Amino acid sequence: MNTPATTRFRALQEAGLASPAAATPELPALQRLLTQDRLTPAEFRLLLSPAAETLLEPLARRAQELTLRHFGRTMQLYTPLYLANYCVNGCTYCGYSAGQRIERHRLTPDQLRREAEVIAATGLRHVLVLTGESLTHTPPDYIGDCIEILRDYFTSIAIEIYPLSVDSYRELAGRGADSLTLYQETYDRTRYAELHPYGPKRDYDFRLAAPERGCQAGLRAVNIGALLGLHDARLEFLLTGLHAYCLQEQYPGVDLAVSLPRIRPVPGGFQPAVAVTDRMLAQFIAAFRLFMPRAGIALSTRERASIRDGLIHFGVTRLSAGSNTAVGGRTCQSGSGQFEIDDHRGVAEISAMLYQAGRQPVFKDWQTL
Amino acid sequence: MPDTDTLSIGGTRLASRLFVGSGKYARNSLIPEVVAAAGAAVITVAVRRVDLEAGAENILAHIPPNIVLMPNTSGARNAQEAVRLARLARAAGCGNWIKIEVIDDNRYLMPDNAETLKATELLAAEGFVVLPYISPDLYAARRLKAAGAAALMPLGAPIGTNRGLQTKELLRIMMEETDLPVIVDAGIGRPSQAAAAMELGAAAVLVNTAIATADDPVRMAAAFGLAVQAGRQAWLAGPGRCRETAAASSPLTGFLR
Repeated sequence: MNTPATTRFRALQEAGLASPAAATPELPALQRLLTQDRLTPAEFRLLLSPAAETLLEPLARRAQELTLRHFGRTMQLYTPLYLANYCVNGCTYCGYSAGQRIERHRLTPDQLRREAEVIAATGLRHVLVLTGESLTHTPPDYIGDCIEILRDYFTSIAIEIYPLSVDSYRELAGRGADSLTLYQETYDRTRYAELHPYGPKRDYDFRLAAPERGCQAGLRAVNIGALLGLHDARLEFLLTGLHAYCLQEQYPGVDLAVSLPRIRPVPGGFQPAVAVTDRMLAQFIAAFRLFMPRAGIALSTRERASIRDGLIHFGVTRLSAGSNTAVGGRTCQSGSGQFEIDDHRGVAEISAMLYQAGRQPVFKDWQTL
Repeated sequence: MPDTDTLSIGGTRLASRLFVGSGKYARNSLIPEVVAAAGAAVITVAVRRVDLEAGAENILAHIPPNIVLMPNTSGARNAQEAVRLARLARAAGCGNWIKIEVIDDNRYLMPDNAETLKATELLAAEGFVVLPYISPDLYAARRLKAAGAAALMPLGAPIGTNRGLQTKELLRIMMEETDLPVIVDAGIGRPSQAAAAMELGAAAVLVNTAIATADDPVRMAAAFGLAVQAGRQAWLAGPGRCRETAAASSPLTGFLR
C-alpha cells in the first residue's frame, strides 16, 4: 500500500533540513511568530532554535492559551501495561533488548486479568499495552488475545508494540485496539543503524511508515515520538513535529499526538549522547503547541514529578499515572523494568495534584464502539 | 420575559434559551453552579466521557435534575459511530435527546453535514429527538428537516475559537428560510456575541468553551444568561434595520399630499 504522508515527510527530511540548533532568527521575527494563527514548518523550526529559548515565557503563555482553548482545563490519564519482555532486537539503550541478561516473562491470561483489575480499580479506563518484539513469544495473535481480555476492563486500548502491516493493525483494531503509539527512536539513519545493531528493528523505513499504516488501518489515535538524547535533540523534535504534520495533513480525522521521551537510565547502563535540558523540553512542548494547536502531547513518568507538575500548564494533554515498566509489575512479578521511572505517584495522587492545579483528570475519553 | 415566548423542542418546553456544555471544566463540580448562574435549560454531555461506574468521577453525577440532558456524539467520525453512541446514551438512561456531532477533521473540527444527515435519518426514525450540529448550509438544513431533525445547530465559528458569528449571513438565511428552531452552536466567545445571535433571530445558543475556560466560569455563565435574555428581548421588540446611509428627518417627499 502507498504511504503518501511518509513519502512527503521523507522528502522534507531529505531536502537537507538543517538543525534548529543552526538557526539564528532575530528577536522581532520570533515575537511575530507568537501572534500568528498558523505556522509553517520553517517557522516551527525557528521556534525550536536556541535563540527562541530566550522567549520561553511568552512562548509558554501563548501555548497555554491555545491549549486551554482547544482542550479546556482537562488532562487525560492513562497507564502502561507490559505484556512481556521477550525481544529479539538489540537496541543499545533499552533494558529489555535481547542482549540484556534479565528474567523474561510473558503474562498468562490469568495474570493479565489480575494486572488489569488492579489498574481498573484506580478508575482509569485508558490503557497502553506494551511488549518487545518476539514472533515466538508475543505474535500479533497473542497481543490480540490480550486486547480482548482487556476490553472487559478498559474502554480504550492503545498498543505500543513492534511495527506491523496494515492488515495486522486492522486485525488488532477489529479485536479492540483503538490507538497506536510508536516511536521512531531517532530519525537519523546513521545513528539509527548504530543503536540497532541486530534484529528486525534495523529496518528504519518499515518502522518510519508504521504510524501511517496505523492511520490507514483505521486506528483512531496515533502517537509518535523520538527518544530525546540519542542525537541532536532540536533536530529530532523538529522531525517529530514534521512527521506528525504530514500525517495530519493526509489523515485529518486521526487524533495525532507526540511524546517527548527523554532517555532514562536502563539496566545496561546506556549513557545519553546529548543533554536535553528541562528548558529545552519546555520549549519543544510550547513550540509544538503553536505549530499544531489541536494535537495531543503526552508526558510520561520518565519525567520527575516537579517537571511534570510545571509542564501540565502549557501544552501537555495526556499524562501517565501509576506507571510500572516491569511485566506484571503491579501484581505477580518483580523483575527489572524497561527503564527507570521518575514519578512514582499513583493515580489518586496525580488526580489530586491536577485538581490542585485547576485541571480535571479525565479517566475516560473514548470507548471502543 | 413574556410567558408566551417559550421555546419547545421535541415536545419539551424549555425554561430558557441558553444551552451549555459540560466539557473543559477544571472540575465537574462547577457544572451545577454554572447551570444555576446561567439559568441554562439544556446541557450537553459527550457520551464518550460518560462512565456509569466511575462514582464521583462520573460526569452524570454532576448534572442537576431540573435540566434537559442532551447527550452528544463527540468523537464520532461517521454516521455509523454517531448512531452507536446515540444508542449507548439511551441505553445508559440519558433520555432520547441526541446532539449529533460527526467530525472527521482534527484541524478545524468542522462537522460533516452529509454523514450527519445519514445519522439524523436513522435516529429520528428510532424516536430520538435529534439536534444536528452542522456547517450552516441551507440545503443541508432542508434535508435535515425532511429527515426528522427537531432543531438545527449551525456553527458561528469553529469549535473553541471564540470568534463569534463568522457565519452570520449564512445563519441569517437559514433562520429566515427554515421553520425549525436554529440554535447557534460553537464559536460564541463573549456574551455580546450571544446577544447578537439572539438579535439575529436564533432560537437559542449553546456555549461551552467561553464559560468553561473563563477565569470565573460561574460569573461568566451569569453574564451569558443575561445576554441571551437581552438579545431575545431585542428580537421580540423588533430592532430597527441597519442602513447604509443616514435617514433624513425631513423627508424629500414630505411636500406631497
